[in-house]
Amino acid sequence: MALLTPDEAQTLLKKVLSYSKADECEVSVSSNEGGNLRYARNSVSTSGASRSTELAVSSVFGKKQGITTINEYDDASLEKAVRRSEELARLAPENPEYMPLLPAQTYGPVPQTFIPATAAITAAQRADYVAQSLQIAKDAGLTAAGYLEHGASFSAMMNSHGLFAYNTQTGVNFSITMRTADGTGSGYSSKGYNDISQLDVRAASKTAAWKAAHSGSARALEPGKYTVILEPAAGVVLLENLYGSLDARSADEGRSFLSLPGGKTRLGEKLVDEQVTIYSDPWDPALPGTNYSNEGLPREKVTWIEKGVVKNLVYSRYWAQKKGVRPMPYPDGYIMMGGSASLDDMIKGTEKGILVTRMWYIREVDPQTLLYTGLTRDGTFYIENGEIKFPIKNFRFNESPIIMLNNLEALGKPERTVSGEGGGTAMIPPMKIRDFTFSSLSDAV
Amino acid sequence: MKRKDFLQLSGLGAGGLLLGRIPLLGTPVPPGRPLETVDTALKKRMADIALNAARSKGATYADVRIGRYRNQFIITREDKVLNTVDTESYGMGIRVIADGCWGFSATDKLDTDGIAQAAVLAVAIAKENARLQSEPVQLAPQKGYGEVSWKTPIEKNGFEVPIKEKTDLLLAVNAAAMKNGANFIDSALFLVNEQKYFASTDGSYIDQDIHRIWPTFTVTKIDSQTGKFERRDALSAPRGMGYEYMIPDEKNKIKGLTTLYRDRYDMLEDAQLAATQAHDKFAAKSVEAGKYDLVLDPTNLWLTIHESCGHPTELDRVLGYEANFAGTSFLTLDKWQSGKFNYGSPLVNIVADKTQPGSLGAVGWDDEGVGTKQWDIIKDGILVNYQTIRDQAHIIGLKESQGCCYSQSWKDVQFQRMANISLQPGKTPLAPHDMIKNVEKGIYIIGDSSYSIDQQRYNFQFSGQLYYEIRNGQITGMLKDVAYQANTREFWNSCAAICDAQDYRLGGSFFDGKGQPEQSNAVSHGASTTRFNGINVINTARKI
Repeated sequence: MALLTPDEAQTLLKKVLSYSKADECEVSVSSNEGGNLRYARNSVSTSGASRSTELAVSSVFGKKQGITTINEYDDASLEKAVRRSEELARLAPENPEYMPLLPAQTYGPVPQTFIPATAAITAAQRADYVAQSLQIAKDAGLTAAGYLEHGASFSAMMNSHGLFAYNTQTGVNFSITMRTADGTGSGYSSKGYNDISQLDVRAASKTAAWKAAHSGSARALEPGKYTVILEPAAGVVLLENLYGSLDARSADEGRSFLSLPGGKTRLGEKLVDEQVTIYSDPWDPALPGTNYSNEGLPREKVTWIEKGVVKNLVYSRYWAQKKGVRPMPYPDGYIMMGGSASLDDMIKGTEKGILVTRMWYIREVDPQTLLYTGLTRDGTFYIENGEIKFPIKNFRFNESPIIMLNNLEALGKPERTVSGEGGGTAMIPPMKIRDFTFSSLSDAV
Repeated sequence: MKRKDFLQLSGLGAGGLLLGRIPLLGTPVPPGRPLETVDTALKKRMADIALNAARSKGATYADVRIGRYRNQFIITREDKVLNTVDTESYGMGIRVIADGCWGFSATDKLDTDGIAQAAVLAVAIAKENARLQSEPVQLAPQKGYGEVSWKTPIEKNGFEVPIKEKTDLLLAVNAAAMKNGANFIDSALFLVNEQKYFASTDGSYIDQDIHRIWPTFTVTKIDSQTGKFERRDALSAPRGMGYEYMIPDEKNKIKGLTTLYRDRYDMLEDAQLAATQAHDKFAAKSVEAGKYDLVLDPTNLWLTIHESCGHPTELDRVLGYEANFAGTSFLTLDKWQSGKFNYGSPLVNIVADKTQPGSLGAVGWDDEGVGTKQWDIIKDGILVNYQTIRDQAHIIGLKESQGCCYSQSWKDVQFQRMANISLQPGKTPLAPHDMIKNVEKGIYIIGDSSYSIDQQRYNFQFSGQLYYEIRNGQITGMLKDVAYQANTREFWNSCAAICDAQDYRLGGSFFDGKGQPEQSNAVSHGASTTRFNGINVINTARKI
């Protein structure tokens, strides 16, 4: 199935709903087409293309729900899927937390998430982009390993209460690691966009090459507390564990870093430095997202942390009803406000510190304090008197993003950043932080 | 991997605390639906269409994987079944070599035209990418096996156990924990069935039926006065077994500070103990940072083996194929070539095994049609081999692949994945309590928790579920805020004693990530309780 237009999707979903005999019925359909090219040791390694579609039917009797899916679209198959989901619903245990399907909703304007040029990327184009990256590695005498992937998708949902929602998306992600021939230097860069025209493979490859060429023969500094500048690709992997955990239910239940004694939470309290404001906005041109959630709720611009204060938490529809508040779905992407300073400006303004360009293998150590461990990777440098002086060996850290954001000194200009861990995309500024805790040295390059 | 490629199973713990994001490999299907298998003759016909189409377009080699992948995930909390997700994914992946270069294409349109188009696309991609290649793909020779089959030797098929029996068990587990004082429990049962058919231009037609199972939970206890909470996760292991793993058996239990399990699990008992232990953690002493002798139970040590031996001995990492994501390895070829690189103490023997019964990695043939086997990785402390596949075997002088190729689905291309990697038991009789008797200042650690290691596998940090202080050969009480940090080589060289085969148990990872696009692999790691001397322990307590 190709990507359906809104009219084509409506026609298909109405037909499926016409077969329903349940109390409530919801149908969704989606398709995804994409390709990828992976390279290493300055040569292509694996590459491929795939396409898949699915139609899901959810039938409900009372609080009993059954879901089935199918990827055949003739009338008989569609009706069979509806009947099967109804049978399952009759057999299912009652879910006390089930929430009735939503009535028709009004959504904001369609965000610019679908770019035709991205949807039209060919195998030849993929190879052309990668050839540019490989050439930079070869010219610099470095070894490249990288990955380019792209995809185009649509999804639509309709229910028996008249709700209809539709969106299309495209995406292209590129990441590149360059290493010196002797294995003593390594540099990384990653970019991700909806629009292929924003992707500059050459510039990203040059950034990785510079870091590789300048990170060899690293010196060892003693572990301890240091002022650090985290590039956005480094900062995002800690921040996503903060803004991705702003869940009301676990906070109310007393099992979150947001929980306080006596069943209270930190909602409305100052959690981090007042320079910190984090919000989501599906219509931000730099980070467009869908205008509705998986459940069909309209998305809106939401401020999660404002001047250091926790302003909003995620509420499922069930928990929102229980607490008498509006439901608040997880957003597609987060935007952290920053200043106007460039990374170079921030380095120039630093007397002594460490520039961290990437962080890796981030894992939770203590959920009560949101303590995480992980390591620096692919280019870590000592800064003195406003200049990068020399590369340093990688560190392991044990740090909480809450403590880190309370030790915030300055923010630079936010940029669109792909997490090298969770894979999510966010707008993240470079951050200057004092007393960042490095607990041991690593020999890894 | 893109976030949208994952499904956050609703209600899976508080904010996903239990297991994080679970890759949902397939689309939901009705729970309880009978197993549908695809006729082998039909699969052979479909495979031949693809192989012939690929050859006709100039492929010098082609393989086809036709897969029906079934998962069943049952998610509960306290007295509620939150989700019963059955997924099924059916389709075909075609991999070819044309102009000396790999190409891959996958489709779920399995009529003659759909298959042929996918094969043609795979060849076109290979030819397009050949211009980027520095040297042609070199495949280790592989004989064709003809038409053969293999099944995980299960006793009871978990998919055929009624959903109600499984949800009733989880709800009983939850009730047992709540009765013992837990404030919350999130529990889950994961079942996986890979029905996969492999065919290649070498003349193999291999039909396999693979089963895996994982019961798990997280118990949470809250002190509302202080706002503190403590958790204890299940001490189960994911296994390459059927539902028989869920049937308790006293002979498979090791009783001690808590009950530990061999090849049968008692989820109810473990949840009861977990609730009590979560409560006890509030009163545990915060550890004093410093050097300790560690006594690591296999429920903890499996993950350290996985990260510090399993990954660095993957040849694709050593060669740089994972440099952009999972990383490379400190175990470079020169160390292996020297024949005397001292990875660990002479007690350390680590074996790779794709045949071990009950393990997650056991199959008859890998995903490029290579028969599976067992081989030494670390012998008497010395690095002696790696793990590899057909297109890299020649680099270390092997005449055949070791059978480590795997793909998580028909949609993804197969590549080198970890075999079961296990520490061999000690040769002289030794039980854990006798090991503890000889420790002057140490910590006994049970269960796995936080884990992190650098991209070349030197520096690691691990935590556990239960920590017990050892003073002068005696357990003196429970500790908390413990994490151990070490350098891989120093750690394994500090290995001072390994309990005997009586204590040997399997742990494992159900969702081990690697590759771009990222794929999950399931792999087991066996060990007996092992002692490591003078390991650095940090205190992880903080205030926010």
